[in-house]
Amino acid sequence: MSHKPRLAVFKFASCDGCQLQLLSCEDELLSLAESVEIVHFIEASSHVEAGPYDIALVEGSITTAHDRQRIQVVREQSQTLVTIGACATAGGIQALKNWGDRADYVRSVYAQPEYIQTLATSTAIADHVRVDFELRGCPINRFQLLEVLQALVAGRKPRTPTHSVCLDCKRRGTVCIAIARDAACLGPITQAGCGAICPDFQRGCYGCFGPSAQPNCDSLADWYVQDRTTHVQLVPLLRNFNADAEAFKATGDRIDPHSEPGTV
Amino acid sequence: MTSQRTRTIEVGAITRVEGEGALRVKIENDVVQDVQLSIYEPPRFFEALLRGRPLEDVPDITARICGICPIAYQMTAVHALEQALGVRITSDIRRLRRLLYCGEWIESHGVHMHLLHIPDFFGCASSIELAKRYPDEVNRGLRLKKIGNRLLEVTGGRAVHPINVAVGGFYRAPRRSELQSLRDDFLWGLDASIDVTKWVARFDFPDFVRDYEMVALRHPDEYPMNEGRLVSTVGLDVPSQEFETHFDERQVPHSTALQAVRLPAETNYFVGPLARVNLNRQLLYPAARQLSDDVGIAWPCMNPYQSIVTRGLEVVHAFEEALSIIDDYQGCAPAKIAYEPRAGEGAWATEAPRGMIYHRYRTTSEGLIEFAKIVPPTSQNQRQIEVDLRAYLPSVLDLPDAELGMACERLIRSYDPCISCATHFLKLEIDRQ
Repeated sequence: MSHKPRLAVFKFASCDGCQLQLLSCEDELLSLAESVEIVHFIEASSHVEAGPYDIALVEGSITTAHDRQRIQVVREQSQTLVTIGACATAGGIQALKNWGDRADYVRSVYAQPEYIQTLATSTAIADHVRVDFELRGCPINRFQLLEVLQALVAGRKPRTPTHSVCLDCKRRGTVCIAIARDAACLGPITQAGCGAICPDFQRGCYGCFGPSAQPNCDSLADWYVQDRTTHVQLVPLLRNFNADAEAFKATGDRIDPHSEPGTV
Repeated sequence: MTSQRTRTIEVGAITRVEGEGALRVKIENDVVQDVQLSIYEPPRFFEALLRGRPLEDVPDITARICGICPIAYQMTAVHALEQALGVRITSDIRRLRRLLYCGEWIESHGVHMHLLHIPDFFGCASSIELAKRYPDEVNRGLRLKKIGNRLLEVTGGRAVHPINVAVGGFYRAPRRSELQSLRDDFLWGLDASIDVTKWVARFDFPDFVRDYEMVALRHPDEYPMNEGRLVSTVGLDVPSQEFETHFDERQVPHSTALQAVRLPAETNYFVGPLARVNLNRQLLYPAARQLSDDVGIAWPCMNPYQSIVTRGLEVVHAFEEALSIIDDYQGCAPAKIAYEPRAGEGAWATEAPRGMIYHRYRTTSEGLIEFAKIVPPTSQNQRQIEVDLRAYLPSVLDLPDAELGMACERLIRSYDPCISCATHFLKLEIDRQ
């Protein structure tokens, strides 16, 4: 690119944690601002420019009719669209409502539901528009974010691993807690990127980065069930921050006798 | 007969705040008719999606309400659930929780002061623009924030959505060597945060002094974080479990955030660092306490713009207290208190970086969540912000619309609203008639 790429950050339904990771690149933030022109980043700057943009980072999921329209506009204005985080790539924790009764959800939080406009579902950005790169995590890893931005500025493909958390545990020398402590750990089916922190803190992986490449979720679930982990424990484990990611969803629904996905 | 003059000022997206809100102001013949801080952030229904979940999931799920202050949600949730379960934590676990909260105050106040708020005092659009004029000050702020994040990583596993907070304590206690490794950075941070506080205290603040009811927790022996009674500047003093007797939430058409009010008169009130310092200044650690005498503020301070000074004082306090905890730390065993699930109910309030936060949960005998209620700080401040804008606007009506909008944004930013938090929660449009 002959000019500095114009970077925009957009937020949909989310906690802001993933775009915060951009501000958490403390050592790199000012130099990053040298290599790209940050022209639309509502949380960090009052200077807001209209499109088109070279790179758009999109955080959050689609939960309202207005946002369903807005993502189309963002796509039209953006050369490269990168989704950041579990909300944007898999619907986020708010996708749990895909399994519930929307009217009941609104009533349970708001006394006057008629003021609240919301879709029945929380869905990933890729369900609505073409996405050029998906960065996983709840939250994303800031080093992976820097890698993606540096790769896009250099015009190459970002290098982010798709192997499972298990491999990173072995690299860290963490004793396997699924074996040694009988913990129900999603490490074997979850994509690396977090640094395999949960097993190091003596708890099972809960799947923040979503399914790894070719995960055998059914096999792992059956093995845990034989090993005394109950469905009551396993279904919510599969059904949290990446509940709507296809591999986790299919296995969660298979082992949940009460599940009727899509019936909202 | 003169024609009516109508002005509508709209700020479609308030910048440099956490989350998405807008402002709409309607002015008729130079009289402010309406001020709506509307929150259009899409609702995420946390209280509903918690129902039926294992109670162990609550600290992990409620953390996702806010990427800037996840610890506040985790701390309030675990204390409320421990009430429901009858769990008593040890003093070692209690101190480690304070250490973790120190990390979040340093990180969150660091973000708000340096990246969101300080640019206002220099007419800059962002900290990146400010860094061209004040590189040392911006870099100092980024380093302070980084040190806060480092403490969260060591104690909580990671800075955003920490993974080490459990009902009953921690999954694993940090190692003494890990905490000791932070010590040199914290000694630097204590000195640097004192310099930052002295710097911001010299900023030019608008003369906007209000008559507030300020609400915060108070504890007899310590600056409030994880525990205390609910007190206010006009005499409220009740256990935090009685929050719902003295406060309630109201829904307004222009917002996906509920607005909390003080009962019985449904009045507005003010939470946050300014309220905490006003109500607890004597309990600050020595350097912060001394600094509060030296910054040229007559306490209690009722100017919301000067909240930035109290954020600085709290960062100083957090560095001092964290150093004290790190120096005394000999490990924490057990890291977690075991419990049996039971049907119960528990409520608790803690002090998030942005102010008091309240949770209440009901659990089933199988250990599932039957009911959840979450009242974040920003939904408590939202009505106060609207009332303050209404009081502030007459003094700046001579400004052109764009500048008037920016002036309103500056006032809004001084409260450090966290809109993601408040949704079940804000848009600035100004309608001048």
